[in-house]
Amino acid sequence: MTLLSVQNLGKAFRSYRSEWQRFAGWFGIPIKPSKELWVLRHINFEIHPGEAIGIIGRNGAGKSTLLKMITGTMQATEGHVQINGRIAAILELGMGFNPELTGRQNVFHAAGLMGFSVEQVLDAMPDIEAFADISDYFDEPVRVYSSGMQARVAFAVATANRPEILIVDEALSVGDAAFQRKCFHRIESHMNAGMSLLLVSHDVESIKKLCTKALFLKNCSQQSFGEAKVVCDEYEKHLFGSASGESQENTIQGARKQECSPLLIDQSLLVTDELSYGDGRAIIEEVWFENSSGKPANILDIDNTFAIKYRVLFKSSVVSPIFSFLIKTLEGISIYGTDTESLGSETKGYEEGDRVEISFNLKNNLASGTYFINCGIRDKLSEEISFISRRVDVAMFKVNQQKDTGQVGLVNFGAKFSSEIIQH
Amino acid sequence: MLHSLWQYRHFVISSIKNELKSRFARSKLGGLWMLINPLAQVLIYALILSNILAAKLPGIDNKYAYAIYLMAGLLAWNLFSEIVSRCLTLFIEQGNLLKKMSFPRITLPTIVVGSCLLNNVLLFIAMLGVFLVLGHQFSWVMLWLIPLTFIVVMLAIGIGLTLGIINVFLRDIGQAFPIFLQVWFWFTPIVYPVNIIPESYRELLRLNPMYSITDAYHQILAYGKPPLMGDIAIISVIALGLMLLSLFMFRRASPEMVDAL
Repeated sequence: MTLLSVQNLGKAFRSYRSEWQRFAGWFGIPIKPSKELWVLRHINFEIHPGEAIGIIGRNGAGKSTLLKMITGTMQATEGHVQINGRIAAILELGMGFNPELTGRQNVFHAAGLMGFSVEQVLDAMPDIEAFADISDYFDEPVRVYSSGMQARVAFAVATANRPEILIVDEALSVGDAAFQRKCFHRIESHMNAGMSLLLVSHDVESIKKLCTKALFLKNCSQQSFGEAKVVCDEYEKHLFGSASGESQENTIQGARKQECSPLLIDQSLLVTDELSYGDGRAIIEEVWFENSSGKPANILDIDNTFAIKYRVLFKSSVVSPIFSFLIKTLEGISIYGTDTESLGSETKGYEEGDRVEISFNLKNNLASGTYFINCGIRDKLSEEISFISRRVDVAMFKVNQQKDTGQVGLVNFGAKFSSEIIQH
Repeated sequence: MLHSLWQYRHFVISSIKNELKSRFARSKLGGLWMLINPLAQVLIYALILSNILAAKLPGIDNKYAYAIYLMAGLLAWNLFSEIVSRCLTLFIEQGNLLKKMSFPRITLPTIVVGSCLLNNVLLFIAMLGVFLVLGHQFSWVMLWLIPLTFIVVMLAIGIGLTLGIINVFLRDIGQAFPIFLQVWFWFTPIVYPVNIIPESYRELLRLNPMYSITDAYHQILAYGKPPLMGDIAIISVIALGLMLLSLFMFRRASPEMVDAL
């Protein structure tokens, strides 16, 4: 049995030369719209009980439109959605909440909006109150709530009665970490009881974690549908690899790519939004990575050594330059950065026209994921900290996991386990 | 439509309740404001206009005749204009809800009608109190107000819902109609008696559907007489027709409304 089947679904926004033509259409007078703008077309997929499907795609790819059509707030222009079971949708947390009413009153109201009877709400109330876990605030007006508290109550109502299908649209990115965890726990336990999930998220990791399948929307149509990991990888490739040739010369993609075996280089890891500046006395011409065996690579192994390298052309003489780099996550969180000054390395001065290859050798303590780096050159003698040349988000590399080790986080501490009995 | 409305009856009732609660939350007099506002309106008109117009109100032997006449007309007009003007902006105001939640759309106008009716009943009770103080007679004729209220509601839904739907696509309506409503108010004999209009123009009043309604309210409340059956029959048919038209449009427009919001 399928819970939900979407067949050849499409949505077009129609505009008419005059709104009066639209009105005439309601009364059965057929008038062709002057313009049809298709925002989604040819979508086909099915959900079976207990399945979780993640929907991914860039902004404007049609994810929310698809959810709205499945939820029923928006009418499909072509194709149809067949639903067998109750759908609960969290397209936005706290819909229909009135700030002057208490949490409890709002729960009543919101549950009514979802079509529950008074008895059903009363039954679920203790559970909702316990899940929201905001103590006495539950009977205070919602206007005094923090946004996190509001999200707690809203999520508690939305998931109080287990629906057959739960639709979540990036609503969970609120609240503190503990609460988010709690939300995921509840979703997981509902799923174990047979609920299906339809999740829209930009966070590919959580899709991979929660979903069995994924649907990738691109340019208003279905790019691919299948196993979550495969589709997510394709999406990431599309996301980071859609660059045109403009930044090719800046990256490892240049002349070196032919030399390398395909295993070491992921062509899709191409930076598109690089920022570079400096006073022009030198320029960083190229940045690349080399793996433990000295081969250019942007896929690096956990635990191995690797090198960040860059080539600098000096346009005028610099007496004591400082070279630096910084490794960051996709979200921009700095993980590790240093420079030749802090390392205590002596650097000599360079003359105009010198071309220098800089190399930092590192041990890869990063967990699997994708990372950005910055590179820069400063002048030790200058008063203020200003860069001779700096390139932000200049290159990316990926740390690969050979096997699923189940570790989480950004850093690999290389934990070793031991135990001994101290009392028996 | 009716079935889904019945399923969502709890939501409709709790919405009406919540609306009242939130409107008067944090105000000392709370629900009293609902009565103070229209009564103050009556008082203002009465103070300013009663001397000018009092002589021209035949048939009521009460020195507060004008105030009574005024209240009777306002009872009808307030219900009408409140429903119409709230329906006018209803879908735009609730746009986000319409886009994000799936629920029977018909509940929204139902909530408006419900809360306006509640206001109207409370206003009526307050008026009865005032009538008592002014020494005005009550009679069984007042039971006529029940079917009349329904007619006003049908008429108001017919006009309000139609304009509210059009307003989603053509926002000018939302700006223009309140002006028109003002004009309409002054072209309906509410603050003035119908006999101050020159004989030759009086026939034109027949074109105003609110005239036969306010006239019926006047007959019932001010003069203690049953309304003119012919007029009532005509206006009921018009009101029912407009309401059915608006509900038909509502059905047709619902799917497209979300696209335009």
